[in-house]
Formats: sequence, C-alpha cells, structure tokens
Amino acid sequence: MTKTSVRNMFIGSTVVVSVVFAVLTILSHKSFPERTHPENLTAAVVHGKRVWEKHACIDCHTLLGEGAYYAPELANVIDRRGVDFVRTVLETDAKQGWGAVRRMPKFDLSAEDINGLIAFFQWMGNIDTNNWPPNKEG
Amino acid sequence: MRYQYESQRVAYPYFIVAILLFGLQVLFGLVIGAQYIWPDLLFPLIPFNIARMIHINLLVVWIIMGFMGCAFYLIPEEVEGEIYSVKLALVTLVLFVIGGVTAVGGYLFRIHDGREFLEQPFFIKVAIVIVVLLFIYNILMTMIKGRRRTTISVVFFGGFVGLAVFYLFAFYKPANMVVDKYYWWWVVHLWVEGVWELIMAAILSFLLIKLTGIDREVAEKWLYLIIGLTFITGVIGTGHHYYWIGTPAFWQTWGAYFSATEVLPFVAMVAFSFKMISKKTREHPNRAAVLWTGGAAVVSFLGAGVWGFMHTLPQVNYYTHGTQMTASHGHLAFFGAYVLIILAMISYAVPNLSNKTESIRSQKIEIFSFWTMVISMFSIALILTGAGIVQVTLQRVMGMPYMETQTYMKVFYGLRLAFGGIFLIGLLAFYYDFFTKAGRAR
Repeated sequence: MTKTSVRNMFIGSTVVVSVVFAVLTILSHKSFPERTHPENLTAAVVHGKRVWEKHACIDCHTLLGEGAYYAPELANVIDRRGVDFVRTVLETDAKQGWGAVRRMPKFDLSAEDINGLIAFFQWMGNIDTNNWPPNKEG
Repeated sequence: MRYQYESQRVAYPYFIVAILLFGLQVLFGLVIGAQYIWPDLLFPLIPFNIARMIHINLLVVWIIMGFMGCAFYLIPEEVEGEIYSVKLALVTLVLFVIGGVTAVGGYLFRIHDGREFLEQPFFIKVAIVIVVLLFIYNILMTMIKGRRRTTISVVFFGGFVGLAVFYLFAFYKPANMVVDKYYWWWVVHLWVEGVWELIMAAILSFLLIKLTGIDREVAEKWLYLIIGLTFITGVIGTGHHYYWIGTPAFWQTWGAYFSATEVLPFVAMVAFSFKMISKKTREHPNRAAVLWTGGAAVVSFLGAGVWGFMHTLPQVNYYTHGTQMTASHGHLAFFGAYVLIILAMISYAVPNLSNKTESIRSQKIEIFSFWTMVISMFSIALILTGAGIVQVTLQRVMGMPYMETQTYMKVFYGLRLAFGGIFLIGLLAFYYDFFTKAGRAR
C-alpha cells in the first residue's frame, strides 16, 4: 500500500464515521423530549443547575456517574434520601462534614438556591438513564 | 545533533513553563490524594473541589503548552524554514501564562465555572481561544513560508485546529443537563480520544524518524494508519460515554463496538515504535529519548488501550461507571499518551537546543526519572483498580451507601498517596537534570 492510498482511506473513513456520528446525534436529539422531559425545566430547575455549577459540585460529587469520586452520586439523591433529608443537608451545610470521612464546604445558599437545587435534583431523577445506577445507592 | 533553525529555540521557554506547571499539577494531586485520607487537610481554605479543579485544569494547560513547545521545535525542521514570528510565539506564551495563572489563582478565590475541565470563567475561555488562534496563525504562516509540506506537519496542524474547534463547544451551556453533557463530551472525548491523538502521533513519528533514521515515507504511512484508526474507532466511540446519561439505548451498541476497537491505534503505535526501533539505521546517542518515546507508545497502549477496554463495554460499565475504576484509567491514559510524549520531546530536543550531546550521566538521571514515574503511575492505576473493584462490589452489587464503602477503601487511598510521593521523586530527578543541563549549556 502506498502512502497516498492510506491517506485516502483515512480521509474516506473519517468522512463516513463523521456522517454516522452526525446521524446518531440527530436521533439522540429526537429522543430527548421523551427521555429528559424538557417541559419540566422550570425556572427553579434552571436556577438549580446554575447553583450546581457556581459551587463546582461536580468536582467532588458525580452526577449520572460523571464528576469526581470524592462524594456520593446526586442525580438520584431525592429517590435515595427523600426531599426532607436533602433539604436539611443543604440548610445545615455549614455543619456537614459527614463524620470523619469527608468534608463538604460551607456554601452560601439562599432559600431560592436550596429550592432550585432540590428542583434540579428532582428533574435529574426523572431522566431515563437506561436503568442506571444498578441500585439507588448510586 | 544541534538544532537547525534559530527560531526553534523558542520551544525552550515553553518547555520550562510546561514542566513547572506539571510539577504544580502533581502537588495539587498530592493534596487531593491526601484529602481522601485526611479530610481536614487545608479545609476550608482549599477544599477538595477547588484543589481537584486546579489539578485537572493544570493538566490541560501544561499539556497544551507542551504541545506548543513541541510544535515550535519540530515544525521548522519539518517545513524547512524559520518560525514565522518568534516575537508572536513569545507573546503567545506570556498571554497563556497570564491566562493560566489568573484562572488558577481565581479558583482559589472561588471564581470559576462549574463543569469538569471547563471550569474557566467566560473571559478566560475567550482568552484561551485567542491564544490558540495566535498560535495556529503562527504555525500556519510558518508552514506557508516553509520549503516543504510534510505529513507530520499537516497532521500536527490539523490536530491543533481540531483542538480549537472542539473547544468552542465549551461555550455551549444549555439548560437541559443531558444536552449539556452530550456536548461536553465533544470537548473532552473528541480532544483526548480524537484530535489530541493526532498531535501525539505526529510527535511520535517525528521522534522516531530522528531517533532511528527510518525512511520518512514509511513513518508517514504509519502515521496515516494510526490517525485513521483513531478516527474510525474514536468518533463513534464517543458513544461509550452515552450509555447512562439520558441518551438513547442505541449508543450501547454503537459505543460498545466502536470503543472496543479504540485500542487499535495504540496497538499500531506500539508496533510502529518497536518495528522502527528494531530496524534502526542509526544508533542515536540519546538513549534516554528513545526510552521516553517507546515508553509513551507502550504506556498509552496500557492506560488508554487496555485500561480503557476493561470498562468500555456496557455490561461492565453499568457497574464501573463513576467509580475509582474511571480514575484509574484516566490517570494512566493521560500519563502514557500525553505526559510521556511531551517529556520524550523535551528529552530529545533540549540537548540539541543547547548544542550538546546528551551526556551519559544526564541519560542515567533521565532513565531513573522515567522508571520512577512509570512504575509509580502504573502502581497508582493498579491500586485504584483495586479500589474500584471493592467499590463496585460493595456499592453497585451489594447496595452499600457510598460513604460506608469509603471506609473499606482507605488502604488503597493510602497506598495511592505513597506512590504519588514516589512519582514526585521521579519528577524532581527530571527537574534536576533539565535545569542542570540548561546551566551547563549557557
């Protein structure tokens, strides 16, 4: 095989896989309304996502398994612990340290922020994740 | 062999900054490794999320800076012409350093965005785009003005254009977290399992030509083969991140078949390196550089190829997704593919830039540094694999709460930190050699 033929194979196959990838991306977008329920993206959920990002929660926790592995999965936290528990944790975050194992910093959370985060977690919990995680401990 | 073009010397300051930031990255890695054991360490001054953000951002910054240094060394020799503007190259470096220091300094004061690897505030993201565009412009002009166009230079350039293009998805932050995650991977996956591999393969080919004296035609044929395999497997292979994040189930099929073959470009890199090194037509005096180069191929094969394959099938990934398994693979893959290839280039280029044949003593220190870093990083990967198996068993199979599982994993975290300390010794040896070599040259 000459260099030119290998090069042409490179170009040709890259075009093919890119087209397939683009088609799969379009199909993914078509599935999002049913799988993620964007109609439930209320102002509170959107605010909650912003709070989630503002405090870089992802650099300790995972969200649908992505993030750091220093603290528990949170996409299904409402299902696992219930709204009241989550609210208590967020309201008393200054005192949280999870015993001797981990420390969660004190975040300056307003009532709106806390409601937003809870709405955000509830929205995350309703995503169709193909049955992941294996159990509700995340 | 001395450097051939005066402007190649601009690579040197890039290398200095890159390896210094590498050291800082390792220090922050030690901090977060220690916080797994002593959660009160530096708390609340530098909590885990901030230290981890700095750890992974420095990684990206110094590797891109290292790539740029590699470009300024290899592009002139490839295209047979001076860098278009050395002044612009220095301005780019200064801007990059200012941007990087501002970003990391800002993190310490909680000025950051909230997506992994893309925590840079908006204005820093804009600055990064400007810096990369200045760099691309400089390289493009160098290539236009150069006397020849080689495959290596074109592939390297293409890799950098891809790096810039896919970074643009960092600016897209939709309200729907699933869509957000979908395109977040277009930066992260299509960088490290896509266009960055082009840059790595180009550097690898350049080094093998220089170190073994093999025919350029042969090397460039291999280069096309490697990057062809990278894209054939890696583009649709993005699907292995789309199993459980709200994306359709068909990704389990596409992702599995394609990502399972993502090991192939790394197999090709190992085959390429060993074949060329065994068929060498010249005995290059810098044996350390040959070791770093072959090491990059082998460790990237292990870290990206084997460790990636281990948890890429959905049947396995269902249990391992988001555990220490991922951390294990991430560390060995980044180290093997990107850290080692840049250190290989530094090992090869720096003696040339100072017009010296690499001394035996210097090579011995580098070889010590290589094995110390490789063995400790490989150990870290094995230890985190152990931690991952424990975590999967307790949490995913038995349903134990996360916090409880962590107490069973402490011994792994202790060992990981110890090997992190040994890694630092390897890096300090590299520093010692790098800076004393420069001292003798000047």
